[in-house]
Amino acid sequence: MSLEIVVVHPDLLGTYGDGGNGVVLAQRARWRGIGAELVDATSGEPLPTGDLYCLGGGEDAAQTASAERLRDEGALERAVGRGAVVLAVCAGYQILGRSFTGADGRARSGVGLLDVRTVKGAGRRAVGELLAEPADDRLPLLTGFENHGGLTIRGPDAAPLAQVAAGVGNGDGTEGAVLGRVIGTYLHGPALARNPALADLLLSWATGRRLEPLDDVEEAALREERISAVRERRARHRVRHRVRYELGSS
Amino acid sequence: MSAGTLPVRTRVAVAATRAVNALSRHAGAGSGTVAGGNVGLALDPLLLERLAAGRPMALVSGTNGKTTTTRLLAVAIEGALGRAATNATGSNMPAGHVTALAATPQGAPAVLEVDEGYLPRLVASLGPRVVVLLNLSRDQLDRTSEVRMVANKWRRALSVSPATATVVNADDPLVAWAASGAASPVWVGAGLSWREDAVGCPSCEGRITFAAGEDGGWACACGFSRPRLGVRIEGDDVVLADGRRLRVALALPGRFNRANAVMAAAAAVVMGAGWEDAIRRIGEVDEVAGRFAVVGVAGCAARVMLAKNPAGWRELLDLVCPGERPVVVGINARVADGRDPSWLWDVPFERLRGRTVVATGERRRDLAVRLHYAGVPHRTVRDEVAAVRAAWMAGRGTTAAGARARCARSPHLAASVEGEVDFIGNYTAFTDLMARATRTGT
Ligand SMILES: [Zn+2]
Repeated sequence: MSLEIVVVHPDLLGTYGDGGNGVVLAQRARWRGIGAELVDATSGEPLPTGDLYCLGGGEDAAQTASAERLRDEGALERAVGRGAVVLAVCAGYQILGRSFTGADGRARSGVGLLDVRTVKGAGRRAVGELLAEPADDRLPLLTGFENHGGLTIRGPDAAPLAQVAAGVGNGDGTEGAVLGRVIGTYLHGPALARNPALADLLLSWATGRRLEPLDDVEEAALREERISAVRERRARHRVRHRVRYELGSS
Repeated sequence: MSAGTLPVRTRVAVAATRAVNALSRHAGAGSGTVAGGNVGLALDPLLLERLAAGRPMALVSGTNGKTTTTRLLAVAIEGALGRAATNATGSNMPAGHVTALAATPQGAPAVLEVDEGYLPRLVASLGPRVVVLLNLSRDQLDRTSEVRMVANKWRRALSVSPATATVVNADDPLVAWAASGAASPVWVGAGLSWREDAVGCPSCEGRITFAAGEDGGWACACGFSRPRLGVRIEGDDVVLADGRRLRVALALPGRFNRANAVMAAAAAVVMGAGWEDAIRRIGEVDEVAGRFAVVGVAGCAARVMLAKNPAGWRELLDLVCPGERPVVVGINARVADGRDPSWLWDVPFERLRGRTVVATGERRRDLAVRLHYAGVPHRTVRDEVAAVRAAWMAGRGTTAAGARARCARSPHLAASVEGEVDFIGNYTAFTDLMARATRTGT
């Protein structure tokens, strides 16, 4: 078999390096002897038929343009109906929801593949390392970098992808959303480079097989470094907090 | 205007700026470019405007190439206007500008590199004679500067500054948009290797189509299209609107430096220099703030290069490939670099296949994963200097004799080197290595 991996609208949703998710999926398939074709589907052309679709983060105006294009076309919903797998990150995640806030502050309709809606957060933009404990216990900790101003509210049909251990995520202590074979997340890094187990989960959905493990030495070293960086920062923070408290009360 | 006509408050602020900078240079606390400027601005908030008054001034901005273009422009006008005040070390915000101006006689010309975000304010308050607009593309990802917003702010500022001329890279739709309301723009076909940030039309939010090939124009269905070029680059030549053709021979490497050189020369001409004189002077510059210099690192001659974003990386990979030298890539993710190195996935590292590659810097592991998926075998070495040494030891195709021969212009270095490598780093990885390198005195 050969997998068709579609990176959706890299011209609009390519701001944060998330196109790397497509590269990771294609390479991990090939390294197991599964053929994979990586297709950059720019917004000017019809969305091609694929087995896996990746959407990334982008600027506000580009996000609105991409959402309009996807809604008008309906090709992504049809693909999901056929069983295609979707990973959508940040602006892409918000697009897959029922609605999100445009650059002008007005609500825009999303594609509606996930039961979430995103509003403008009241506080500062969430920028920094994000660490989350996945709901699916076959997956290890999820690590990445978040960079968004949105607050994502899950409806009854959206299960969270993970519980936040450090960072902001959706804004209510959860991170991302899952429905069937559609996953939305705020993790950049790109997500699949820093979480190869998540990449393999998507590949196993798309191929319908169990995949033999790969020798992920480099990925393991990166994960260990990022996860311990977050934990060390939190430990330092706690110590500072404690010192301040003790100095203040003496 | 001579210093004597400056208000007392301003003269005190100038003296304080110089004194603090001299002190901090002496104490080794940096190159003394920002501390003094900050003190001066605290004493006289209008210090920058007052120091700028009466000077022929050029401002240079854009995502990539501004430090190089600033230096080239300062050199280019020297024959016509004399030595210019310039922020040569890339301190491109007002404190750095104050320092640069305070160090030169009042009235001397000024060529200032300006951070993209500060440009509108400085255009309005300083009234420069010319503004050079190079390009706009994504930079440090965790800063929330969206390039389209920057282009719109430039446009507003330039459209109300009738006395300011612009020299504009017409191949970049975003900067062409920014200059579309400006007075007397000089449109230069300076090229655009990174189009991913330019496909959305800034005028109507439709899509821009680029003509095939490097030199093609661009257009949107709404009618916004590449302006008619006044200055074109053809091979090694620059071709002017009147048909004149001049050879551009540069000591600096790469196609992007040719573009920077032509932009600088066009601005020098607006300032009053002649084309031939400007190009000849620019041609002699062989390094800019250490970039492209050959330095000594652990017994190796390292050609050092700085890339700060995907567009810059793409240019430098073009420059080092094809080639045989081992390549060391250094990646950090401090605040000055942008804290999210996800952009590594926008860089075509696949081109390094077949080369000896060593990953270094604080985020060498992000780079290692990227190289792994790019099919580029590599080693990771934590220490940058050790990484250079390791790259040379593992490398092929360079010999001590060859390295020495190629260092002939730096006899001082040639005597000691055993091999040579290319080093490309992002901002702090580059400056960290430079702080530990042996300069050659060129
Ligand atoms: Zn248009």
